[in-house]
Amino acid sequence: MRISVSHISKSYKQVKALHDISFEVKPNEIFGLIGPDGAGKTTLFRILTTLLFPDKGNATVADFDVITEYKQIRNSVGYMPGKFSLYQDLTVEENLTFFATIFGTTIEENYDLIKDIYIQIAPFKDRRAGKLSGGMKQKLALCCALIHKPKVLFLDEPTTGVDPVSRKEFWEMLKRLQQKNITILVSTPYMDEASLCDRIALIQDGKILEIDTPEAIVNQYPKQIYNIRANKMYQLIQYVKAYEFNHSVYPFGTYVHYTDRRPDFNPEDLKRYLASKNIFDVEIKKTEATIEDTFMELARK
Amino acid sequence: MNTKNVIQVEGLTKMFGDFTAVNSLTFNVGKGEIFGFLGANGAGKTTAMKMLIGISTPTSGKAYVAGFNVFTQAEDIKKNIGYMSQKFALYDDLTVKENITFFGGIYGLSRKIIKEKSAVLITELGLEKVANTFVGSLPIGWKQKLSFSVSLLHDPTIVFLDEPTGGVDPITRRQFWEMIYKAANQGTTVFVTTHYMDEAEYCDRVSIMVNGKIEALDTPKKLKEQFSTNTINDVFLKLARG
Repeated sequence: MRISVSHISKSYKQVKALHDISFEVKPNEIFGLIGPDGAGKTTLFRILTTLLFPDKGNATVADFDVITEYKQIRNSVGYMPGKFSLYQDLTVEENLTFFATIFGTTIEENYDLIKDIYIQIAPFKDRRAGKLSGGMKQKLALCCALIHKPKVLFLDEPTTGVDPVSRKEFWEMLKRLQQKNITILVSTPYMDEASLCDRIALIQDGKILEIDTPEAIVNQYPKQIYNIRANKMYQLIQYVKAYEFNHSVYPFGTYVHYTDRRPDFNPEDLKRYLASKNIFDVEIKKTEATIEDTFMELARK
Repeated sequence: MNTKNVIQVEGLTKMFGDFTAVNSLTFNVGKGEIFGFLGANGAGKTTAMKMLIGISTPTSGKAYVAGFNVFTQAEDIKKNIGYMSQKFALYDDLTVKENITFFGGIYGLSRKIIKEKSAVLITELGLEKVANTFVGSLPIGWKQKLSFSVSLLHDPTIVFLDEPTGGVDPITRRQFWEMIYKAANQGTTVFVTTHYMDEAEYCDRVSIMVNGKIEALDTPKKLKEQFSTNTINDVFLKLARG
């Protein structure tokens, strides 16, 4: 089932949370909204799950209109908000039963869909939700969002604050759900998760910077990036930033990602410049752009 | 104790009833070092950090932070460290200036020094236009940079940063790391936890906790060699998944 968003805008008083947002999520796609806090991701989720009216524009989810057909949408989608929203003083099993009942179904009826995930938290089914670890809360929330067999799944920052192991497991679960014909819209501030989506929208300050497949987004990076490395990292960054031909200078782990303004950049020139500043042990190598490089390049404009 | 080590820990253990949350940690962190403290959710990072900042007494072991004993000199530790929580901890309904004055006062700085530091800090962060604005209305990236600067107001020997860059946009995240480099370059020790594995690679050394124990500790480069991987993320996955 598709999601279609057309020219949506939303403001809170003076703050423009969303500015003329349009995109389309194809049936059975994992579509990622990639952007930092305050980009407008949650506002968009709330509009699409019919919890908030847009100021302008329209949107459909599973071919239902978010304003006039909100009841049908609520029956056909699963929503996992960024904030843990289950009942802390109900047990794991009670929460799941509660959500199943609300949607007029039972755990047994759709057990197939949640089995892989529920099995991991089943040993704790009598524990109150409030007493679960972060990773387990997240799995329970996903089960509750799935128990009525939704056609479209909305996941608002499901992996924020979650360690890399649980994040990896979570994405493996999403891939399995995709095979069961569920369309997934997922948001994340972790740029490295972008490559796990079929297509992504980069979003910042309420505006979409770019929409495409992760590969295409990386390929459109306009410049050659160089990895630069030296022992004195802080001094290296300061001097490279002061270099008159620099286009961008960003620390990237043990390297600095550097782009030059000149089309015929010769790394030896930069090495000589750095040597004149007493930085000698310099290594400069070509490297490939990442989603994060592209995001930063687009966000600068 | 060795005066060059700002953190010196030996056999540090914390039990809650029968449960060993932190199991015999032994490590040192040097002056001006950027030390990454990683681990899965529930591995014991927060418990370990609470002992190091003097708000939780260890069950056994030894630990010195900034030269003070965590068992007997917890109050001295609190005065000599900076701490930045993952939850924004400045006062939303105080202005930028008021927050700086407030925290400066808490750390016992004189009015004169607070005034000087406040001016420098506001200029360095480019906050001149919002100096009299409530902090609550600032974008998250600005708030995080301000929190970090405030945690350094009293020139602590070491600063503890608990997931300082969660949810921050990539450009601001890098500005934040440049601030960390700068502090370290000036001799401040930085102890940092993060869930962004690419950020672990900014650190001089990284430790990875699994089930209460430090299972790996070295420079990012050596850890990657040791585990034959290209990224710290893969090191982490190998260790924590077993």
